[in-house]
Amino acid sequence: MSKAMSRQRDAQFIPVSFTLNGRSQEIEVEPHELLLDVVRDRLGLTGVKRSCDVEVCGACTLLVDGRPVSACTTLAFEVRGRSVLTIEGLAENGKLHPLQQAFIEHGGFQCGFCTPGMILAAKALLDEIPNPTEEQLKHFMHGNLCRCTGYKKIIESIMAAAKRMRSKA
Amino acid sequence: MLRRFRLEEPDSVTQVSELLGRFGDNAKIYAGGTELLLAMKEGLVRYERLINVKGVKGLSDVVVDNGTVRIGALCTHRQVETSSMLQQKLPALVKLEQNVANVRVRQAGTIGGNLCFAEPHADPGTLLMALGAKMVAEKSSAKREIAAEEFFVDAFETSLEADEVLTEIRIPTPGANSRSAYLKFGYLERPSVGVALALTVNAGTISDTKIAVGCAGPAPRRVAEAEALFDGKGTQEAMRNLPAAGVIAGRAAEAISDLHGSQEYKEHIVGVLLKRAFQSLVS
Repeated sequence: MSKAMSRQRDAQFIPVSFTLNGRSQEIEVEPHELLLDVVRDRLGLTGVKRSCDVEVCGACTLLVDGRPVSACTTLAFEVRGRSVLTIEGLAENGKLHPLQQAFIEHGGFQCGFCTPGMILAAKALLDEIPNPTEEQLKHFMHGNLCRCTGYKKIIESIMAAAKRMRSKA
Repeated sequence: MLRRFRLEEPDSVTQVSELLGRFGDNAKIYAGGTELLLAMKEGLVRYERLINVKGVKGLSDVVVDNGTVRIGALCTHRQVETSSMLQQKLPALVKLEQNVANVRVRQAGTIGGNLCFAEPHADPGTLLMALGAKMVAEKSSAKREIAAEEFFVDAFETSLEADEVLTEIRIPTPGANSRSAYLKFGYLERPSVGVALALTVNAGTISDTKIAVGCAGPAPRRVAEAEALFDGKGTQEAMRNLPAAGVIAGRAAEAISDLHGSQEYKEHIVGVLLKRAFQSLVS
């Protein structure tokens, strides 16, 4: 028996039922599998990015039960019974979320690598504080890094989306 | 990349303690994972088993009980920073927690995990020391309190026994005239220096001063020698003693030269932060 196969035989598999972008998912994961790898490589949703890999940059931000997590350092089994939202699940019926729309209109990105994480973190912020001050916004978004924009356009985008979302609510 | 490990999911402290006893150094408690998983990904530590304690009930509450604030070890930083009760009783701790890492780390990381991991550049231990906190350690057969001063032994090392589990942090509710502050400074992701100060001012006289310094050296340290320069003094006299207290506290920090700054620099910053903390409490 090959080494890989014997290792496979000893492996521990954890059943994980969860909701991914509104749809139920049933998968099995090993304890050491990271949420980032499972979502990107197994489930094929590549909006979530691996970048710093140490919970600092925010490019791997996903929302779990509406709260932002670093998928690079979250064990995949932790989403048992929870609801996971990735950037792919944010638009509804082909219509962009106000945050996505605002990032386009206000030029809230250049290369776009940080954008999925930025937008998901901003969604968590606005779900918690619909009318944030700029200070509150900066504090909440402090863990999402962008190396292109200098942040001004990102802040403008989030503020504009907040305004639009409040006027709709 | 994480190496394979097996996962244990006990639902009581007794079971956790038994697993720790059975597997010894091959197993580690896993709660929020914000620090442990990073160290494991880097290959700095390796465990055959992780013991997931998040299924243990009763360790994630914040309650005030008979003059003591009790924070369950599984409370996340986010839970502490958003607790209205803690905002009222221990505003300095809430402010500290609001500024730990970033919102994702605060969402996942637990206060108990933070203390047990004993990363030298962590914030909470330093303030908890100045607040007179005690850590509750439990195992199958026994339960004891460990004063914060006795809890931190060295970098990444606590006085917990191999099969002991940190279950709760107990902090005496500060009196009406007590005040406390925690200030930190750094230019990397983690702070270079952290200083905590707690004191009571009654009719212009200072008492019950507690000073602790952290981040600069291997573990948070209490600075009793500097406290004596404030206790029993009027605020003006204490103010004049600030430079001397700062020098003592700087030395007590056991600062080391590293990427976060030279030893001399950190010692200087300890004095600066102590002065600012004092001024913020006594004006």
